[in-house]
Amino acid sequence: MPELKAEEFAKQQRSISVAEFFEKNRHLLGFDNAIKALLTTVKEAVDNSLDACEDADILPEIFVKIEELSTNKYKIIVEDNGPGIVKAQIGPVFGKLLYGSKFQTFGGKQGRGQQGIGISAAVLYSQMTTGKPAKIISKIGPKEKAHCFLLKISIEKNDPEIVGEEELDWDKDHGTRIELDMEAKYVEKRASVLEYLKETAVVNPHAKITYIDPLKQKYEFKRVVEELPKKAEKVKPHPYGVELGPLLRMLKATSARTIKSFLTTEFDKVGAGTADLILRAAEIDPRVMPRLLSLESAEKLLKSMQGTKIMVPSTTCLSPIGADTLMKSLEAEYNLEFVHAVTRPASVYRGNSFQIEVAIGYGGPELTQDQPVKVFRFANRVPLLYQQGACALTKAVTAVEWKSYGLQQSGDNIPNGPAIIIVHMASVWAPFTSESKEAIANYDEIIKEAKLALQECGRQLQSFVGKRQRHALAKKKADMFKLYSIELAEALSNLTGAKKEDIQAKLVKLTDEMLKLGAIEDNEVKEEVKVKRKVGAFKGGDDE
Amino acid sequence: MATEKIKGKSRQEVKESLEAQAKDVLAAINDMKNPKVSIPLRTLTNVYFDAKAKMIKLGDKAGSRTFYNVNQAKKFMQTMLVAAQIKGLILQNSPTLDTRQLFYLLRGTMPNSSEDKFDDQEESDAIIEDVEVMIDALREELGLIAVPKGVIAGPLTVEDTATGDIIDYTKMGTAGGAIPASVEPENFKFNKCSADYILVVEKYAVWNLLNQQRFWEKNNCILMTGKGQPARAERRLLARFEKELKIPIYVFCDMDVYGYYIYSVYKQGSINLAFFSEKAAAPSAKYIGFNVDDYTKFKLPKSALIKMTEDDLKRIKEVKGYDWFKSKDWQDELDKLVKFGYTIESDALVAKSIDFTAKTYLPTKIKNKEWID
Repeated sequence: MPELKAEEFAKQQRSISVAEFFEKNRHLLGFDNAIKALLTTVKEAVDNSLDACEDADILPEIFVKIEELSTNKYKIIVEDNGPGIVKAQIGPVFGKLLYGSKFQTFGGKQGRGQQGIGISAAVLYSQMTTGKPAKIISKIGPKEKAHCFLLKISIEKNDPEIVGEEELDWDKDHGTRIELDMEAKYVEKRASVLEYLKETAVVNPHAKITYIDPLKQKYEFKRVVEELPKKAEKVKPHPYGVELGPLLRMLKATSARTIKSFLTTEFDKVGAGTADLILRAAEIDPRVMPRLLSLESAEKLLKSMQGTKIMVPSTTCLSPIGADTLMKSLEAEYNLEFVHAVTRPASVYRGNSFQIEVAIGYGGPELTQDQPVKVFRFANRVPLLYQQGACALTKAVTAVEWKSYGLQQSGDNIPNGPAIIIVHMASVWAPFTSESKEAIANYDEIIKEAKLALQECGRQLQSFVGKRQRHALAKKKADMFKLYSIELAEALSNLTGAKKEDIQAKLVKLTDEMLKLGAIEDNEVKEEVKVKRKVGAFKGGDDE
Repeated sequence: MATEKIKGKSRQEVKESLEAQAKDVLAAINDMKNPKVSIPLRTLTNVYFDAKAKMIKLGDKAGSRTFYNVNQAKKFMQTMLVAAQIKGLILQNSPTLDTRQLFYLLRGTMPNSSEDKFDDQEESDAIIEDVEVMIDALREELGLIAVPKGVIAGPLTVEDTATGDIIDYTKMGTAGGAIPASVEPENFKFNKCSADYILVVEKYAVWNLLNQQRFWEKNNCILMTGKGQPARAERRLLARFEKELKIPIYVFCDMDVYGYYIYSVYKQGSINLAFFSEKAAAPSAKYIGFNVDDYTKFKLPKSALIKMTEDDLKRIKEVKGYDWFKSKDWQDELDKLVKFGYTIESDALVAKSIDFTAKTYLPTKIKNKEWID
């Protein structure tokens, strides 16, 4: 009986395509509602454009336009000046989920996207809500023709389906343009496209972004720095970041002849000395062929790899924005009175190197006193717009005692005050809590690093706020003396016969001088004892 | 407050003192220095009993008030505003004003500001007292008054210089003559006095009865009351009587600690107005009664007695500790009072007979010199 049943089940069992899976689970990708769908689409397209430009050493120029087609129907256009995509790849890049150059099993380098799901999911969503194909135009060089594709995704096969194709002239040397029609909702408040682009501009100061909203309002985020960010390099995995399964696969796949050379060639920061230390602790002969290592020994090896003191992972795979650039950029986007930024040294969580950057902006006409501070989170230069509460970076912000740094805070909440806090995590592999990449998972190392950076910025903020308060106080003092001087001058004029205007002018001069010298007193009553005399001890009794 | 002075400052002198202070302030400003005035402290710690002069005096501690001080700037300005205002009143030869009236003259907001020059009368009153001690002049000499309440009767004629009226205190009827707010020599000039002594009684009711009985005529004295705790004018007047008439002063109060204390205020001055003592104390004043011993000596009926309260006992303990009650006589008297356990109001003497105070008690005590100094 059981066999029979199993056979019946087998008839029903078939592999479901990734596309089919995501059609049913679109919330995982950030397409859970009409508002979010619009934003996620823009976000995925812009992320891809930025990555493409940087890979090709091109200063990005990105154009975003949203047109309202009918109620709750929008056309989204994103165009870049990237290297373009060769004709044969256009289909898979936009029409196949989990396709791309970014997904790396072991190690890797810092990039915006990671799994290659994003943009094809947007194409899928567009198709599902409007039935319309995506329009993609791409040109790879000034002498080439541009290719224009109309493309759909075959949901069952997870394959692109080209429904239209033509060559055309495009007055652009190279670049890619995507047009998607979709059911969506446009909002102007927080987590809007505008907000996203503004935040993106802050952490990508080398990019120029132009945006035209559905009301045909044009926004331009200018380029603040003319250099491309330092290129992130690919790195080998660090021993601390490897798990057993991948380790076994690596042991099988390696071309190294001995286990020792396996360690030194396949891993980051493992030299001969470190390899010896690891192997000695694991009680493994360095000459053993990797392929022949038993499961038991592999487990021992893994344990030893993670227990041996090894240099921190290479940071060449990281591309932080840089404190100076971040400050410049924040100042370009906001009218601030104070800006400070900190780039922490690289650190490691689970064998992945990462780097935290924090910037704090304070004051100015755009920020209000009694509102919660604006906290902008970024992972690899991408704004994280949702799930603020679930994010490790938010946790770091609320874990800081902001009261000692010049902001108000009640309990473990986001502080209040006229400030912007930017927390950026650069990492080979940012540990998102979900595929929609909205929040960083809570790793102690990440929270600790972020906290240190926040505190360092906080100290600078405190010193600024302190100074500002002292200035405000000084101003108040100056105003007070100015006000009283007028009355004082008049009284003295009446008493001495000197000209009121002369006394007043002298007082203005003296007030400046006293303030400049910091000679203003603040004691209550200064007692001057002329003669010491014993005062009879008696308690006060009332009379009169 | 070092110099003894009998005569107060004239208005001209007050004006000059105020101007001198202002000149110092202006000189400091011209020298680019923080302008400063020195104001004797009117706190309890700066009050002491001068046993030789027999009066409560202000110590030598002074506070400096500067303009460039966050906590004093406004007070400094106010001090100069009050000084200027007082000078203005002197120049106008203004009638004397009450401190509330002065407050209304000083009131107002500052230019381009919602801040008041003075918030309330309490603020201006405090500054007025500061100015008094600053230039060592009395409120009365500044042309300001405290509301008086006392009355006198007796063989005294006075010239009220403001009106030129000659006032004869033998012709004041049953109400007696009111003591004016300012009894400074330039306002209230003694013309003639033939009295042998001055009798100050605490209670108006007692004064009223003695006046009806023509006590002052029969005993050739000045009969005066400050109606309980005396105001400034009554005290200043008594001080002038002592210094200018040079006749004995007797004080007749209730036999309780409050009566004793009122006597001490007439005689030695008060804590709150210690700076005023030298002009308003009469150290020669004697306490004529009522005393604890008098109860049995004069055989008063029991109906005159009032049981002492806890508050009375507490206050006795306090008063016993004052330096000016440290003489053996006063310590004994206070001990006796505690032991006696009752108080006797001076009004209560009518219980013996209506005429008792005027005909028996006071003449006997004065004749036998039965007083406490």
